Order: sequence, then C-alpha cells, then structure tokens
Amino acid sequence: MAEGILVFIEQRQGKIRKASLEALSEAYKQAKTAGGNVTALIVGKDVKSLAGTLPKYHPHKVLVVDGADFENYSTDAYANALAEGVKSVSPKYVFAANTSMAKDLIARVAARLDAPCVSDVTDFESEGNNLLARRPQFSGKAYTVFEFNSPLAFMTLRPNVFAVQESSNNVNCPIEDLQVAAGDIKARVTETHASAGNKIELSEASIIVSGGRGIKGPENWPVLQNLCDALGAALGASRAVVDAGWIDHQHQVGQTGKTVSPQLYIACGISGAIQHLAGMNSSKVIVAINNNPDAEIFKHATYGIVGDCLDVVPKLTEEIKKLHANN
Amino acid sequence: MKIAVCVKAVPDTESKIAIAGDKKNIDFNGVRIITSPYDEFAIEEALKLKEKNGGETTVFSVGGAEATDVLRDSLARGIDSAVHINDEEFAGLDPLSTAKVLAAALKDGGYDAIFCGQQGVGGDNNQVPVMLAELLNMAQASIIVKLEIDGNKFKAEREIEGAHEFVEGTLPAVFSTQKGLNEPRYPSIKGVMAARRKEIAVKNAEALGVKGQFTVESRKVKVKEMALPKERPLGRKLDGDADAQVKQLVELLKTEARVI
Ligand SMILES: Cc1cc2nc3c(=O)[nH]c(=O)nc-3n(C[C@H](O)[C@H](O)[C@H](O)COP(=O)(O)OP(=O)(O)OC[C@H]3O[C@@H](n4cnc5c(N)ncnc54)[C@H](O)[C@@H]3O)c2cc1C
Ligand SMILES: Nc1ncnc2c1ncn2[C@@H]1O[C@H](COP(=O)(O)O)[C@@H](O)[C@H]1O
Repeated sequence: MAEGILVFIEQRQGKIRKASLEALSEAYKQAKTAGGNVTALIVGKDVKSLAGTLPKYHPHKVLVVDGADFENYSTDAYANALAEGVKSVSPKYVFAANTSMAKDLIARVAARLDAPCVSDVTDFESEGNNLLARRPQFSGKAYTVFEFNSPLAFMTLRPNVFAVQESSNNVNCPIEDLQVAAGDIKARVTETHASAGNKIELSEASIIVSGGRGIKGPENWPVLQNLCDALGAALGASRAVVDAGWIDHQHQVGQTGKTVSPQLYIACGISGAIQHLAGMNSSKVIVAINNNPDAEIFKHATYGIVGDCLDVVPKLTEEIKKLHANN
Repeated sequence: MKIAVCVKAVPDTESKIAIAGDKKNIDFNGVRIITSPYDEFAIEEALKLKEKNGGETTVFSVGGAEATDVLRDSLARGIDSAVHINDEEFAGLDPLSTAKVLAAALKDGGYDAIFCGQQGVGGDNNQVPVMLAELLNMAQASIIVKLEIDGNKFKAEREIEGAHEFVEGTLPAVFSTQKGLNEPRYPSIKGVMAARRKEIAVKNAEALGVKGQFTVESRKVKVKEMALPKERPLGRKLDGDADAQVKQLVELLKTEARVI
C-alpha cells in the first residue's frame, strides 16, 4: 500500500526555495498522522551538495535527479523526474510549494499518474490515516476542506503559511541518485532575466509594505521604499497603480497578482477592494493607513491609522529606525 | 490554423458568497455569472492569432445552463463557433475530471493552439490547462504574459518569482494566460447581435464517449465541507495625532503582535 509523503524541492540557480523547506517541514509533521516516510526529491544539474543540506529537515531519504538535461527548467524533463520519483517511492501524498514552477509542473504530473490535486493548501486536517486539505477559495470569501478517494494525491502548499523546522543537531539520512531520462522535451526555458525591483520575493517576504492610489503618484514610491528598507520588507502594490503604470506588475498583490501571507502587511492608501483582499487577507497582522475612516480596508486591518500616508509613512520609518538603533 | 479556447463560467468576483445548505458548494442564488477574467486574455490571444495567421477559432466550456451566456460572450467578441459541454454527470467536476472531459472534446480536433485562462476564479485551481496539455500530450507554456508564434515554433514569456523566463517550444501547445498578455476587446453591438443568432453546439457525456466515467462515486477528490472564513477580530483604529498614532503602532507591533 502506498504510504508516506514525497516532497518536491524546488531549486533555481543553486538555491533552494524557502517555501520548499516549509513544505518539507510540514510533511514531517503530517507524516506522524498519515504514517510512512518522508522523501525529498531535488532535480537539477550539480545539485548533490544542495541535496546534502536537506537532512536537517528530517526526511528519511533524499532522492537526487541530476544531469545536464535538468539544468534549465522544462516542464517535460521535470515532469519525468517527478513522475519517476513517485514511482520509485510510491507515496500516498506528494507535497510541493505553490510557486510558479509548481503551477506549471505539479498538476501535469498528477494528470499523468491519474491522481487528484489540491492547490494552495493552507491547513491540514486528518481522519484516521488520511489527510484532508483545507484551502481558501472564492478570493478568500470561503474555505473548502477536500477529502481524497485515491491511493495517490498531490497538494501544493501556500508559501509563508507553514513553519520551517530545522534540526540543530547533525542529522543524517541516505541521499540516493535516481536515474531519469529527460525524454522528449517539447518546450524548454531558454532564458531567465532577473527583474529589477524587490530584493526580497513578495510571496516569501515576512513583511510587505504596499501602496495604492492613495500614494498620489509614482514619484512617492521612495517614501514607501524607505519604510521597506527600515523593516526589511518587500514592496507591494494594488492593481490600480499597476494599471496606471506607476510600477511593474510583479509587485501586484491580489487576485490578478500575487497571493501573499506575510507576518505583517502594511497597506498604504489602498481602499481594500475584494480582489486586493484576496491576495493578502491571510496575512497575520494587517496595518491600514488611509485618510478615509470609512475605507473597507479598516474592516480587515488589525491596526488602523486614519491619516495621509505621505505624512504617516515617513514618521513610521523614523520610529522603526529608532527602534532598531536602540536594539 | 485551428485554435481552441476554454472558458469557465464563474461567479462575479464582487459577489457576496454564501454557503449552500449541503455545505458542499456556494449558494448560486442571485450570484451573477461571468466569463472567468483570465479567460478574456485567452479569447483575445486566440482572436489575435487568427487575425495574424488566418484559421478558425472554437470556444469550449464545460458547465450547466450558466455556461450558455459565457459562450455567447466569446462569440460576441469574435470567436467563430462554440461548444457547450453539458451533462448532469459533469456537475461539480474537480480539475482532473474537467481536464479529461475537455480532452475528450478536443482530442480529434487537430488544434494547433489551445488557450486557457491561468486560473478559473473562485475555484482558483491553476490546474486544468496543464492537465489538459498532459492528456493531449502537447507542449505547454503556463501563466504567460507574452507570446510569439512563428510557423510551428512559439516563444512565451512568464513571470516567475523575482524574474521573467522565456519558454520556447513547438506547436501544438496549450497556453494559459495571465494579465499583461493583451488588452481584451469588448464585444461590439454588432458582435452581440450576431452571437445571438449563432448556434451553440451541445455535447453530452454520451456524445463524447465518456458516459459513466464521472459519476460522483468515482471522483478522486471531493469537497468534504465548505465554510465562511472566521471573521478577523475587529481591528483597532489608533488615536491621537499622526505622531502619537505612529508611536502607538510601533509599540503594538513590537509587544502585542510581535511581528517586528
Ligand atoms: C477581475 C478583477 C481583478 C482584480 N484584481 C486585482 C488585484 O489583483 N489586485 C488589486 O489590488 N486590485 C485588483 N482589482 C481592482 C480592485 O477592484 C480595485 O480597483 C483596486 O484594488 C483599487 O486599488 P486602490 O486601493 O489602490 O485604489 P482606490 O480604490 O482608488 O483606493 C485608494 C485609497 O486611497 C485612499 N487615499 C487617498 N489619498 C490618500 C492619502 N493621501 N493617504 C492615505 N490614503 C489615501 C482612499 O481613501 C482610498 O481608500 C481587480 C478587479 C477586477 C474586476
Ligand atoms: N469547466 C470548464 N470549462 C472550460 N474550461 C475550463 C473549465 N474549468 C477550467 N477551465 C479552463 O482552465 C483554466 C484554469 O482553470 P482552473 O484550473 O480551474 O483554475 C480556466 O481559465 C479555463 O480556461
């Protein structure tokens, strides 16, 4: 019988995504309920040493698919790698972080193996040895619990929701090669261009400062960027200002932008439209700065400041700097 | 060129959401149904491709009666023909089953390019397009913001975390579309009138040769329960002038919320 959890570990350019470590840590936790072992699978070229950093997250085994064909991401080669990984360990569940790579890959492999998939899971429940997946739907206006009726099921986990648990002791586990043929590659990534802008990726940031139409104009981004720098935060934006051409779409939070779940989300001059809330209402703490006391965003904010954000944000930046100077 | 578009009928994103009595779905009473916003980019890209290369465009939707208006909307924008895939057995399908039904409808069509939205809003699965690509054994480029097609080669751009990547491949392919790809046109009055007169082909499970394959019992993933989110505890507006509010905020973030 299939048992245990296989975790797909995403790496790009020699760096493992933090969200993959969250998925691996959560798999360790859930395997206590679901039973069986946790196996981590990493795919790439020259990723052996990266694989060596995984045992401290408590997998029972690390599988490595390594080869020139896997250097750049292609759906086809990576799908072959993951499908072979599943065949070799026959897990009951496959976990991955819900990233742009996962959105391209995981459901394709699920279809190949005729298995169901639930995306963007934010919580687990259990029934005997079975996991149930809970996730927001309808822009966070409803939550759905899914149950599986299948020997194999795939799940992607929302980044920044689950905690990374690493062992400080020396932990060892077998690290094994898995030979996989890349197969027929129908499309492949030929170039990757790093974007200017956020040094910290929005979906992984633990603090986000976002600006909307209330910041008045693109000339005022530095006001928000200073607060970002003081807090070590990433800069987000509403769709209204992206559409107005004030900032690149990669900063957009919301239904047609990114879904984020930081510890702290500071919304500056953002009205709180449902499509914006959809992208950020699972944040732990929400601060709203808005000059309209009746703005919808205040209904969702943990703390609200009624005021002009161009006046409040610089003051907040100074206060944060003072706090850090005193520590 | 033969071009297909898949569209999903979904609740308007502004809708107030209530849970149905059986707690397995939302209550569709009084909910306005629209074409999933991402599918508008798929329709537009199909129309642009036809304008450039010639050919024909067909739109498909799996759904109940609500899908009719959505298919008419596609026709009104300029899509040539529409197929409504409707059967009681298809009610409430999960993404894998939806992809299988679509694959059954599309597999013998000889399509060079199939356009989907990157996500059907509401369900928010991001699954059907890449599952469809797998089932049809086609190349894919998902969540794309730019596409060039030259002969049977394509080059697509996708936004990934902190970067843009370029995917090159060979047709036939499935593309899933993201905001930024194009500016969807609105239906013209003339288009709306013409769409009203067009016939929408209807296919059921039997016509697709899949009767009995998608019964509720056979589904591999089911909704156990739906619920409204827990209300966030009512937020606190801070008092005093800007200086006082900022001082209070920093204190609360540090000692109460412990996030800085
Ligand atoms: C299908 C669809 C998808 C969408 N997807 C997204 C999405 O992904 N992300 C998104 O954000 N939106 C999305 N939207 C748009 C959304 O509905 C709103 O239009 C948008 O979020 C509004 O942006 P905003 O809050 O910046 O602007 P506004 O709604 O104009 O709000 C500006 C706010 O700033 C306040 N303000 C003005 N001046 C000041 C000042 N000096 N100091 C402080 N506050 C001030 C005002 O009181 C107001 O509340 C989508 C819409 C649709 C239909
Ligand atoms: N019932 C359906 N009928 C036709 N196309 C669909 C259906 N469900 C999903 N799709 C297509 O798949 C895309 C992604 O949907 P999803 O995987 O449900 O988020 C949608 O934008 C549509 O293009």
